[in-house]
Amino acid sequence: MSENILDVIDLSVEIPTRHNILKPVDGLNFNIKRGEILGVVGESGAGKSMAGNAIIGLLERPAHIADGEIWLNKKRIDNLPAESMRKIRGKEIGMIFQDPLTSLNPLLPIGEQLTETIIEHLKISKKEALDRAITLLEEVRIPAATQRINAYPHQFSGGMRQRVVIALALAAEPSLVIADEPTTALDVSVQAQIISVLKKICKERGTAIMLITHDMGVIAESADRVAVMYSGQIVEIGKTYNIIKKPRHPYTVGLMGSIPALKGDNERLVQIPGSMPRLNNIPPGCSFHPRCEKAFEPCYNKRPLLSKIGDSKVACWLYDEGYKNG
Amino acid sequence: MIAFAIRRIFQSIIVLLVVGLVAFAMFNFVGDPVDSMLGQERTDADVERVRTQLGLDKPFPVQYYRFLEGAIQGNFGISYRQGRPVSEMIAERLPATLELAFVSAFLAIIFGVTLGIFTAIYKKGWAANIIMTLSLIGVSLPTFLIGILLIYLFAVELSWLPSFGRGEVVDLGWWRTGFLTKSGLLAIILPAITLGLYQMTLIMRLVRSEMLEVLRQDYIRFARARGLKDRSIYFRHALKNTLVPVITVTGMQLGSIIAFAIITETVFQWPGVGLLFINSIRFVDIPVMAAYLMLISLMFVTINFIVDMLYFAIDPRVRLEKRGDEK
Ligand SMILES: Nc1ncnc2c1ncn2[C@@H]1O[C@H](COP(=O)(O)OP(=O)(O)OP(=O)(O)O)[C@@H](O)[C@H]1O
Ligand code: SF4
Ligand SMILES: [Mg+2]
Repeated sequence: MSENILDVIDLSVEIPTRHNILKPVDGLNFNIKRGEILGVVGESGAGKSMAGNAIIGLLERPAHIADGEIWLNKKRIDNLPAESMRKIRGKEIGMIFQDPLTSLNPLLPIGEQLTETIIEHLKISKKEALDRAITLLEEVRIPAATQRINAYPHQFSGGMRQRVVIALALAAEPSLVIADEPTTALDVSVQAQIISVLKKICKERGTAIMLITHDMGVIAESADRVAVMYSGQIVEIGKTYNIIKKPRHPYTVGLMGSIPALKGDNERLVQIPGSMPRLNNIPPGCSFHPRCEKAFEPCYNKRPLLSKIGDSKVACWLYDEGYKNG
Repeated sequence: MIAFAIRRIFQSIIVLLVVGLVAFAMFNFVGDPVDSMLGQERTDADVERVRTQLGLDKPFPVQYYRFLEGAIQGNFGISYRQGRPVSEMIAERLPATLELAFVSAFLAIIFGVTLGIFTAIYKKGWAANIIMTLSLIGVSLPTFLIGILLIYLFAVELSWLPSFGRGEVVDLGWWRTGFLTKSGLLAIILPAITLGLYQMTLIMRLVRSEMLEVLRQDYIRFARARGLKDRSIYFRHALKNTLVPVITVTGMQLGSIIAFAIITETVFQWPGVGLLFINSIRFVDIPVMAAYLMLISLMFVTINFIVDMLYFAIDPRVRLEKRGDEK
């Protein structure tokens, strides 16, 4: 039950530029278990998408994995040749992008996009693939799936299209799905349905999900654990309940403070002052220190590492035995 | 779709009528055909007789009406210079032009699209860079210069290919083809390259830039994320989307191949309608000139029509919108 589908060890992504080397992802460590949903949150530019793209092998040059290891189902995948990695995409790792309006090829009927994906990975006949495509569309609850199999993407609403995208990502029953802001582009009214469809299928199949989102509501509702990212690093990772109710890292505390409380609309939002450092100007020590109220002397030149605090892991000097209460 | 097609046909007819009027009116005020037909020694009676015979004594609208009436039946009158029916002269020379245009268009599309895709996929490779640089030359050199350079290299220096004419031809009913003899096939190579090179480079550059644009789209990323093969991504997903905008421009280019044929036919003394037109200008042979203009605009209009219909075949969004229109 608790076997790891995904193990990410010290993963770093680098982008060489003319002047220096940018590190949008800097030493990530996390894992996802079978059937588990790991939420990944953090401000825009924290490196969430970069991390997802690195795992599925879709980094765009000049960005590349510079360090670390990625293990999928006990198999190392970060150093595979391009062709082997292609076979893993879709088959063992599915990916869902943000915008369903642009994720589907406008000139191909959805049925064809489904069957080509199925046939590519499962080596079954066209007829079987078509049956499977219809079953998939039914699973993501597209009404009248049999009739609509030959429809084109523009004949579906945004929410329906994102269901088709989910069906496509899950077509070959991958053991891991990376969902990069799957609901951000959708109408608020359909966001919850999309998440629940995704969640239901993955629970049934035991598929693990890396759920990248800005939406704390979505996290609270579906994630088992949450990783909080700040300028390319995980600053805190733990059970959803703990992250939301007992945040430890000052950045997580600020992030949770900025969620509007459900009752009492007059309650003031606690915004974290300042903004995330640019990639070419990451401060030394704890990269959060310029914005941190609690910063003290080790923070300015020593980088805190992720270490176990209670049930969670936190990267902050405040919780280090040597400095505690210092 | 049918309503759309009918509307387009109707628009095409109007275009043809206007072109006919312009061509006819323009030539009516350019020079006097009677002059060039009768030469120096003539009497007033001669002039009068010829004017009546040609219908030049009638008022302008009547002349135009007669012209149209004839044109619809494929009758463009009698050539002032040769005294033969214009339709016959055109029919005789049309196969030469059409075969030349067909081969050029074929080369332009096949090589243009293939090289466009190639340079888009391997955009940073040295081969793609060389092709792109050469294509700049192709776009900027004038057609006649390309023709002359090719003649110099392959006909004069290397003596591999003939420099003028059509070679031996074979009669297939009224169609006289050069495709069936070796000399005919050799003769078409240089003129076809000359005529098609500009269009080929244009198509290539267009396909390349469209393809690069398409390859940046989310659905290509998503296709990659689903583990599809490169072959399927490039030729199934990207190419189809690339071709939608490319079709219009290509269609227009094909139209202009036939129009540009004038220059190539002159350089290579290719016995097609373009050469006929050039010769008829010298003699102010109005019926021939008018017929030629009508023919060219008919081809433009037809190609445009086919291009519009191709949209339906390729892009389901247009297809469904138009179907919605009809309801
Ligand atoms: N080609 C590139 N060159 C330089 N910097 C880049 C490049 N591509 C991305 N970046 C930077 O990498 C960082 C990480 O980007 P990423 O897209 O992973 O952020 P994100 O956490 O997904 O943000 P968002 O919530 O906005 O999606 C950003 O600061 C971005 O500006
Ligand atoms: S390490 Fe220091 S600066 Fe960084 S979050 Fe903790 S207290 Fe703040
Ligand atoms: Mg992102």
